[in-house]
Amino acid sequence: MPAELPGWQELPLAGTVVPGLAERPRTGSYRTGVRPAVTDALCVDCLLCWIYCPDSAVILDGTSFAGIDLEHCKGCEICAEVCPTGAIEMVAE
Amino acid sequence: MTAQLMTGGEVVAHAMAQIDPDVVPVYPITPQTPIIQHFAKLVADGRAATEIVNVESEHSAMSAAIGSALAGARTITATSSQGLALMAEVVYIAAAMRAPVVVAVGNRALSGPINIHCDHSDSMLVRDSGVIQLFAENVQEAYDAMLLAVRLAERSDVLLPVFVCQDGFTITHSAEPVELLDDETVRAFIGDYTLPMPLLDVERPTSKGPFAMPDYYFELRHQQVQAMACALPAIDELGWELARLTGRPFSAIEPYRLDDAERAFICLGSTAGLVKDVVDELRDAGERFGLLRICSFRPFPEAAVADALAGVSEAIVLDRAEAPGARAPLYADVAASLFGADLELRGHVYGLGGRELHPDDVHEIAEGRCGLYVGLRGASWPA
Repeated sequence: MPAELPGWQELPLAGTVVPGLAERPRTGSYRTGVRPAVTDALCVDCLLCWIYCPDSAVILDGTSFAGIDLEHCKGCEICAEVCPTGAIEMVAE
Repeated sequence: MTAQLMTGGEVVAHAMAQIDPDVVPVYPITPQTPIIQHFAKLVADGRAATEIVNVESEHSAMSAAIGSALAGARTITATSSQGLALMAEVVYIAAAMRAPVVVAVGNRALSGPINIHCDHSDSMLVRDSGVIQLFAENVQEAYDAMLLAVRLAERSDVLLPVFVCQDGFTITHSAEPVELLDDETVRAFIGDYTLPMPLLDVERPTSKGPFAMPDYYFELRHQQVQAMACALPAIDELGWELARLTGRPFSAIEPYRLDDAERAFICLGSTAGLVKDVVDELRDAGERFGLLRICSFRPFPEAAVADALAGVSEAIVLDRAEAPGARAPLYADVAASLFGADLELRGHVYGLGGRELHPDDVHEIAEGRCGLYVGLRGASWPA
């Protein structure tokens, strides 16, 4: 193991995660091979994609759709499935 | 203090009412049931304000206890045998998440064959789980240990589950005279409690129980090893503090007539009461016998055991649990403690599934007329 990782006594008790401690994890690296592509002109800000996204990977600006967080999107295609206006389609990486 | 006649189940329930824990998630099982039965009555009578959670299994009992304890609530549960076996998966997690849950255990043989009587196989099942295990000798010590366990579990350098083990039926269901502290003294002793980084602190949110890959798992497990190391001196420190209130010593080990002993028995739990009587008889007959009772099985007081047995020429370990394919657990720990010491060491397995150990058996062991398995019918191999 790399020596620069913290020793047992430097880690919080039982590995408890406190704000600011965890390096921002990027879990989008193992996406399925497709990612959502959004046609902004078709989006009506219904936010169904935000409600259904299992990885909280839909970014909001207040109550408006503001994009997809590709560092966390797994390519599950649920957002494209639930979008009522066809604004989201899955495209190859 | 005046003595009262109480069973182990009643006295642990009484201690729990005096401790007045915030939450008790529990599922009944013989021989633990009298504990929760009496405690539920005390709560119904207004003697404690505890939230009793009637869960659907022991797996759920410990799961609820972890959530409760990590939320910052003082939490106690109780179990035995198959209940502890069902709970075992979550017992490891309680220790790993450093949940200071106190567990009253009525020790009972594990199935199979199914049996309801005492041996220590249930405790041994979670031997390496990272929980502290204190073994009471009698009803009085079950009471004292419950009070000490709360303080021990909640120490900031420990924060581990503490099991208070009492022999099923022998202690849980047997009435003995006991001296009780008054409620105010108990509450002053256990004091208030604040868990570091509680889950319900919304100003400083935390996430408990993270996934740990090869780069962190070893270090997080090692934190438990260190907590156990801190627990060992803490037992004696708290034992002294409690002894000032009760007048009764409590320590990780109890040496009995060991000072000038040539030969010593080593055992856990209620058997010590019987062995003390036999030691007295042997002493009366001119045999220099003594007893070393192990009160804290985990953490195992290795150095204290080696020190206490330094002067004896023979140590005889009595195990109330079997380890098929290996030496019995207490024997293995004592042997490791005495490695390199100049003495004879032998071990016997006795009392499985509640089989009684009689004074004559202990005399036979002392005289070397007993096989490895005390009272076993039929030839055993190896002898």
